[in-house]
Amino acid sequence: MMIGPIGFAAPWLLLGLLALPILWIILRAVPPAPIRRRFPGVALLLGLKDDESVTDRTPWWLLLLRMLAVAAVIIGLAGPVLNPQADRQPGNGPVLIVMDGGWAGAQDWTGRAELADRMLAEAGREGRTAAILRLSAPEQAAFQSADLWRSRIAGMTPQPWTPTPDMVARAIDLLPDGGFETLWFTDGLAIDGRDDLLAALEARGTVRVFASGRSPVAMVPATYQEGVLQLAARRASGGPALDLTVAAHGLDPSRTPRVLANLPLQFEPDATEAMTQASLPSELRARITRFEIEGLRSTGAVALSDDSLSRREVALIAGREDREGLELLSPLHYLRQALAPNADLLEGELLDLLPANPDVIILADIATLSPSEEDALLDWTENGGLLLRFAGPRLAASEVSRTDEHPLMPVRLRAGGRTVGGAMSWGDPKTLAPFTEDSPFFGLPIPDDVTVTAQVMAQPDPTLADRVIAQLTDGTPLVTRKPVGQGHVVLMHVTANAEWSSLPLSGLFVRMLERLAVSSVGQGLVGEDLEGTSWQPVTVLDGFGRVQDAQTLPGVDGAALLSAPLGPDLRPGLYDGNDRRIARNTISADTVLSPATWPARIPVEGLSRPAETPLAGYLLAAALGLLLADVIASLALSGRLIGARAAVILLVALSALPRDAVADDAFAIAATSELRLGHIVTGDARLDDMAQAGLRGLSETLFFRTSVEPGAPMAVNLETDEIGLFPFLYWPITPEQPTPSVEAYEKLNRYLRSGGMILFDTRDADVAGFGAASPNGRKLQQLAAPLDIPALEPIPEDHVITRTFYLLQDFPGRHTARDVWVEAAPADAERIEGMPFRNLNDGVTPVVIGGNDWAAAWAMDERGNALFPVGRGFGGERQRELAFRFGVNLVMHVLTGNYKSDQVHVPALLDRLGQ
Amino acid sequence: MTQPHPLTLRARAEAEAARFPPLLARAEYLAGTVLLGEHGRRRAGQGDDFWQYRPVRQGDPVRMIDWRRSARGDMQFVREREWQIAQSVMLWVDQAASMRFASDPNLPEKADRARLLALAVAVLLVRGGERVGLTGTALPPRRGNAQLLRLAEMFSRDEDMDYGIPEARAMIPQARAMFVSDFLSDLLPVQAALTKAADRGVRGVLIQVLDPSEEAFPFQGRTIFQSMGGTLAHETLKAGDLRGRYLERLAERKAALADLCAATGWQYQCHHTDAAAQSALLWVWRALERGAGT
Repeated sequence: MMIGPIGFAAPWLLLGLLALPILWIILRAVPPAPIRRRFPGVALLLGLKDDESVTDRTPWWLLLLRMLAVAAVIIGLAGPVLNPQADRQPGNGPVLIVMDGGWAGAQDWTGRAELADRMLAEAGREGRTAAILRLSAPEQAAFQSADLWRSRIAGMTPQPWTPTPDMVARAIDLLPDGGFETLWFTDGLAIDGRDDLLAALEARGTVRVFASGRSPVAMVPATYQEGVLQLAARRASGGPALDLTVAAHGLDPSRTPRVLANLPLQFEPDATEAMTQASLPSELRARITRFEIEGLRSTGAVALSDDSLSRREVALIAGREDREGLELLSPLHYLRQALAPNADLLEGELLDLLPANPDVIILADIATLSPSEEDALLDWTENGGLLLRFAGPRLAASEVSRTDEHPLMPVRLRAGGRTVGGAMSWGDPKTLAPFTEDSPFFGLPIPDDVTVTAQVMAQPDPTLADRVIAQLTDGTPLVTRKPVGQGHVVLMHVTANAEWSSLPLSGLFVRMLERLAVSSVGQGLVGEDLEGTSWQPVTVLDGFGRVQDAQTLPGVDGAALLSAPLGPDLRPGLYDGNDRRIARNTISADTVLSPATWPARIPVEGLSRPAETPLAGYLLAAALGLLLADVIASLALSGRLIGARAAVILLVALSALPRDAVADDAFAIAATSELRLGHIVTGDARLDDMAQAGLRGLSETLFFRTSVEPGAPMAVNLETDEIGLFPFLYWPITPEQPTPSVEAYEKLNRYLRSGGMILFDTRDADVAGFGAASPNGRKLQQLAAPLDIPALEPIPEDHVITRTFYLLQDFPGRHTARDVWVEAAPADAERIEGMPFRNLNDGVTPVVIGGNDWAAAWAMDERGNALFPVGRGFGGERQRELAFRFGVNLVMHVLTGNYKSDQVHVPALLDRLGQ
Repeated sequence: MTQPHPLTLRARAEAEAARFPPLLARAEYLAGTVLLGEHGRRRAGQGDDFWQYRPVRQGDPVRMIDWRRSARGDMQFVREREWQIAQSVMLWVDQAASMRFASDPNLPEKADRARLLALAVAVLLVRGGERVGLTGTALPPRRGNAQLLRLAEMFSRDEDMDYGIPEARAMIPQARAMFVSDFLSDLLPVQAALTKAADRGVRGVLIQVLDPSEEAFPFQGRTIFQSMGGTLAHETLKAGDLRGRYLERLAERKAALADLCAATGWQYQCHHTDAAAQSALLWVWRALERGAGT
């Protein structure tokens, strides 16, 4: 049964919804559960009758809540399913799944495979046999059980090519006999020969096409033009704007593969091509191995780069540069013209250029070199350099390599060379003989108009035949080559200019230079440039664009490398041949991706189908939530939620208020509503608790013994709290506590100057007077250094603190050290006549420094029991009592100042009053 | 219940002992707010302070004659001293379960307030030299600070029964008494106790300590009210409807107590736990003094 997009597994259960009104009535009739409440006044209630026999009715909204919960349970149990897949009439007969299976499908391969799997599953449930035919790799497809194909579908991967017309034709041949339904998973790219296949399939049964909404995107091989990298990507059909990131992968200097650069690439709306330019340093550029569109998994998203991006450094050295004005006769002119587009040219003196380690050094008609130059050049050649020498009048006239083979010459030369076809000679100018198979130039077409009129001649040697790589029609060597160490020496037996031959004027010259790897492969490489060469795959790409080792894949003919359609025999990848590497990519610079279009009669469906979503879980969860809400609502109704509700409201109100102001005000109000002692928060929880307990004990003591009635002591954070609200601060010292900030020190100094008192307690008993003798003492020195503390002295016997409330001479805490330091008395204080103390007026000592651990002696719990033992036995209790007395005296001193000190003047005042 | 192990006895005793010093301290503090006034008996009697000279009457022993005063004239005078006989004050504080009720965590239990009041009164009386004790035979009136400790100890004992019954046994004739309870239970025992006290010439004060919720009855909905001990229960479908009649009954109860007090010469005061204990203490103190004057 379907209601909208929702189907029900057990629709009969929905009849339970009819019971809801009955439930409504029942729920209304049953009163809510009573609250049990302890209440002593119940004695007065006994015998009272309720006026009405009807209870408070459950409010309608609570009933509605419960109804909804029950309805949700009923509907949930009826098994609702969103988008049930049962809408399709089950077909019969076998099912053929046709997949393009090219790289363009790799982007959505997962979706394709899942959908195909689901289709197979469906077919399996309906008892239909199935087969899968991949156009990119057509094989005999036999109808077998769908489950068998399901197990194979996971192993299928897209191929890194698109189906060729050959493949399509083969697929038509391989079609199974009999009628079947066809499900065609297209990649979205047009396939040549598709219509034939479609016709063949339609003849067998219905055809349904499944296509991804995404247009295939492919990366055009990067080119290097005008000093910048040109990057481009194409897509089959225009669409919305698409932002892509192209990652340039390569090897870093430590030969580790990594992403060298990220370049943005944007398809404008409806554009099928996106281009960008990137200016990268040549060092970096030369290391790039491939460009990859991030996030797209397909062969098309990867563009391998070959030698075309790396430019060779070629050093041009000519011996004869003094002929002004004759540029076309310059031995280097044609070399420059040929090499400049694809190589970086260096010109200068040989010894200046060698340290730059060029890839190629071209010596144009240079016969003799100095010994040092020769050695350096030989070294460089042996280390892999390519030395290309051109003959010329000088070389012909020199004695170089005449009798013995010069190490930097491939052959011995005969004296004088020869001239043919000139005005003074017989014969016609010679043309080039076809290149032999072992020549690097093999396959290059030879233009007819290339003639040689003069050349240097090689001496016949046993090795000569091996070293000739190009010769004239009469068999005389034109180009000879000799390996030297890891490098080569190549001699062109003609000049680099057009004096001796027309070779430099022809396109052959440029291609020969390319073949010699003097210049790298240019952009305009066409098939015939590679005619006759063989290329070995080094790395190939799979359908997902992953780079794989080529392993034992067979080599590829050069003519086919660039132009033949990709297929199992020619995979996209990097091909190696003869010192050069050429990348074959999925699409080339001029490939156009055309989208597949289907006749209107063929239904095209998307890959993603709304999945069957069972809704029972959601409904049951909703029912649970509703029941929870019902619990809360019922509690609230019966008045049992008061505390929680109040808390929630308070929380909301608090969070709505500016938090700091509230906290500050609360702190200030708490600190000032009563007299409170404060202790500095040290960060050590135990110590802070002890200080709190100690001040509580002192406060209790003050409360009972004196008219000072402090409230509960408060912890004071130096950084955040206002300390000016406290008359007295207790500061226990621990080595670990943080040093206050500058602002906190400013506050502290203001506090000390305005009459506050801080009791520093190092809690180490013995070293209060001796500074750095203990960690606590050191910390105290460090903490107190920025404080504005006057000169100190140990409490003198006549200090006012000894008599503000109790008469004291000892100030023990948990320890009994005598040294407690206060502000020093002025030096001119004099003993008052008849009194046992000096005339010390004015002021409260801003600091009292000691180490007797007073807080521990004062510490009390809430019931007034001492927390820490002091001393031994009853003597200890006496010590505690003295500690309390010291505390009382201290607070009295803070609060009354020098009042007790002024008492010494009482006789004098009385005396004066009496007069 | 098994007998508590002797080894745990001391620990429990200390835990118990730790409880009543705060009560005592708070009571002392509360008492400290009341300045002791005159507490002479305003009549001749045994005491230290001079009261008056009066002519010798028939029957006065000769050694009572104040010879110094008599030598000034022909009359013979007897020096009378102010009657300063120590008064016995007997306290009864309801320790029953109904007193252990507080409608709000911020409010003290009724028992707590009752004990505090009683102990503060005891502190004041002991300072005034009176003898203080409990009604009944548990703690007869004595003087001295030690008696305060004993009282505090007695007050820290809870009773299990649901509602307290005033203890009116062993009343010392002509003594003073102070009953503190919520008086929510049956009125008959209270009536009996007060009548018995009045018979013996004992006057006193009756403090009814109530929780604010017992005054306001702020309940709604279907409720089963239970007494603190659980012996009484009352179920109602609409608690809100009971409010008026409950308050009526409460007012009746208060009126009955006041009438009873008026009839027996006692004084009645209702005190709420959300009010300051000090005001109640002052009233009790004045009431006891007034009682002493009559």
